[in-house]
Amino acid sequence: MMKSLGSIRRSFAPWADPASKPFISFRNVTKKFGEFIAVDDLSLDVYTREFFALLGASGCGKSTLLRMLAGFEQPTSGEIILDGQNLAGIPPYRRPVNMMFQSYALFPHMTVENNIAFGLKQDGMPKADIAERVAQMLKLVKLEKFARRKPHQLSGGQRQRVALARSLAKRPKVLLLDEPLGALDKKLREETQFELMDLQQQLGLTFVVVTHDQEEAMTMADRIAVMSHGKVIQVATPAEIYEAPNSRFVADFIGDVNLFDGTVASNENGSVRLETTGGIPIRLASPERFANGAKAAAAIRPEKIRISRQPPAHAPINAAEGEIWDIGYLGDMTVFHVRLKDGKVVKASSLNAVRAVEDPLGYDQQVWISFGEDAGVVLKD
Amino acid sequence: MERWSRFNIASVVLGFGFLYLPIVLLVIFSFNESKLVTVWAGFSTKWYGELWHNQGLLDAAWVTIRVALISATCATVLGTLAALALVRYTRFRGRVLFSGMVYAPLVMPEVITGLSLLLLFVAIGLDRGFWTITLAHITFTMCFVAVVVQSRLLSFDQSIEEAALDLGATPVRTFFAITLPVIAPAVFSGWVLAFTLSLDDLVIASFTTGPGATTLPMKIYSQVRLGVTPEINAICTILIGIVAVGVLIASIVTKRREAQRERDERAAFAAIG
Repeated sequence: MMKSLGSIRRSFAPWADPASKPFISFRNVTKKFGEFIAVDDLSLDVYTREFFALLGASGCGKSTLLRMLAGFEQPTSGEIILDGQNLAGIPPYRRPVNMMFQSYALFPHMTVENNIAFGLKQDGMPKADIAERVAQMLKLVKLEKFARRKPHQLSGGQRQRVALARSLAKRPKVLLLDEPLGALDKKLREETQFELMDLQQQLGLTFVVVTHDQEEAMTMADRIAVMSHGKVIQVATPAEIYEAPNSRFVADFIGDVNLFDGTVASNENGSVRLETTGGIPIRLASPERFANGAKAAAAIRPEKIRISRQPPAHAPINAAEGEIWDIGYLGDMTVFHVRLKDGKVVKASSLNAVRAVEDPLGYDQQVWISFGEDAGVVLKD
Repeated sequence: MERWSRFNIASVVLGFGFLYLPIVLLVIFSFNESKLVTVWAGFSTKWYGELWHNQGLLDAAWVTIRVALISATCATVLGTLAALALVRYTRFRGRVLFSGMVYAPLVMPEVITGLSLLLLFVAIGLDRGFWTITLAHITFTMCFVAVVVQSRLLSFDQSIEEAALDLGATPVRTFFAITLPVIAPAVFSGWVLAFTLSLDDLVIASFTTGPGATTLPMKIYSQVRLGVTPEINAICTILIGIVAVGVLIASIVTKRREAQRERDERAAFAAIG
């Protein structure tokens, strides 16, 4: 029976299985450029057939990590293991990985065909086989008609496809993608995201993608490593990263978040009571226990905050009174900025599920914001 | 179309006159019937014919061309390598000193370059002649090639070399399959520059020459000291012709390539829209 792509993806979680062996392992890898530490004692595992994203702001070390995997940079210390083989000292041209460059790096003096065939020729593949593989790749990226063109005769999106075909032609064990969609416009980028995901499933490859675009990472990746200053802050599935960030940095970096600072008042079975600086008593479900009196923050996403004219039943817990300060209408949803009594502005978004609302919320209106006990997480300071 | 003011016309005429009047005179007098250079006695191509019987001039021309071919080729190889090292390895010790040293001959008076090379050749006991001139020309034209190639390499996208390595090409293969074809136009213009510089060098060749190796500029210079003959005018006209044709071909090739590129790019964008 044919299994749909979706069902393969859903059941895919080798990182959760202690018996599965990682395909790529970074072990205590450090990379220094002079005094600057680009990658700082980093350890990370990537599994076979995983679509893995390295996400972070520019200069966080994500590209350096990718370049070390490709062999363009050597770690200052630590080791990188690929499929059981230590990569130390192996030059880029002997590594079973291929890379798709941010600038695409197409050979300007070669036709599309020859660009794709370049890697195969280096392996000494017979001519007939090369022709067959090139044709196959052109078909895969739907560029059959452009085989004889030079790169400067192609549009940005077509160049991106040639770069992809070229890096896939040798059937590498791992495909490295450096900001693969960075140079495309928004609409094309969204289409290409899904194409990349389908391609990865179809070919059964391991993808490691570097991106600064959190939406891109969330859409495509099985797991995301959020990086900052050469360190990995959190590695988890997109849903975990979003719903259960492990730190203020991750909560703030991915999506929008409201952070309520406070101190831990008590731990009850499975939940934590916080007394916030703004005077709101918050109770959130938490698997982790916190010391009483410890500084902590409640992180709650805007879409999990409700706005009502009347106080909710559970008030004053997880509820506060305020006035509507700003309204941002985005079409699919509306973002409200609600100013609480202590001056704190809370973001709350609501889906515009119906076309017209009777008596909509307006500026300066007195409202209540509220959220459930499972609406957010408690983060250590 | 804008109207030309008198001032503009005057400045163009003056400028071009200043540049080309001597050359035009030389060309005209090369077709002079008279043996006296300054007296016009009717049109004739007899001096071009005479040229073919002047073995001394022909020998000198042959020496010059061989020197120029060999030295331009060697200088292109060395200059390209120097440019690669300077652009690529930005972190090696003494880079500033090294790049300064490569460019020094650009501003060094030719007399000094010539003299120092002569001293070197004498010191190491090298017999002066054809090969010492060639070596000297390699030395002084190499830096010109390095400058031309370096400016091309600065705008070179290094990731295409990384892509080639990534796809399994060794560094040597990468250089010959990717880097060299891409920078080839700059390398070629470096070669043309070195060739023409070598072709018309008088000072350095005079210092480093020996018996039996006389280049054309040296020959012309020595003959002019005995009086300008129409033959000299004729050979100079031929030289001008060669250089002019070379420059013309080079500029047509680049123009065409640019036009082709523009057309292709327009076509690509039209295809998107």
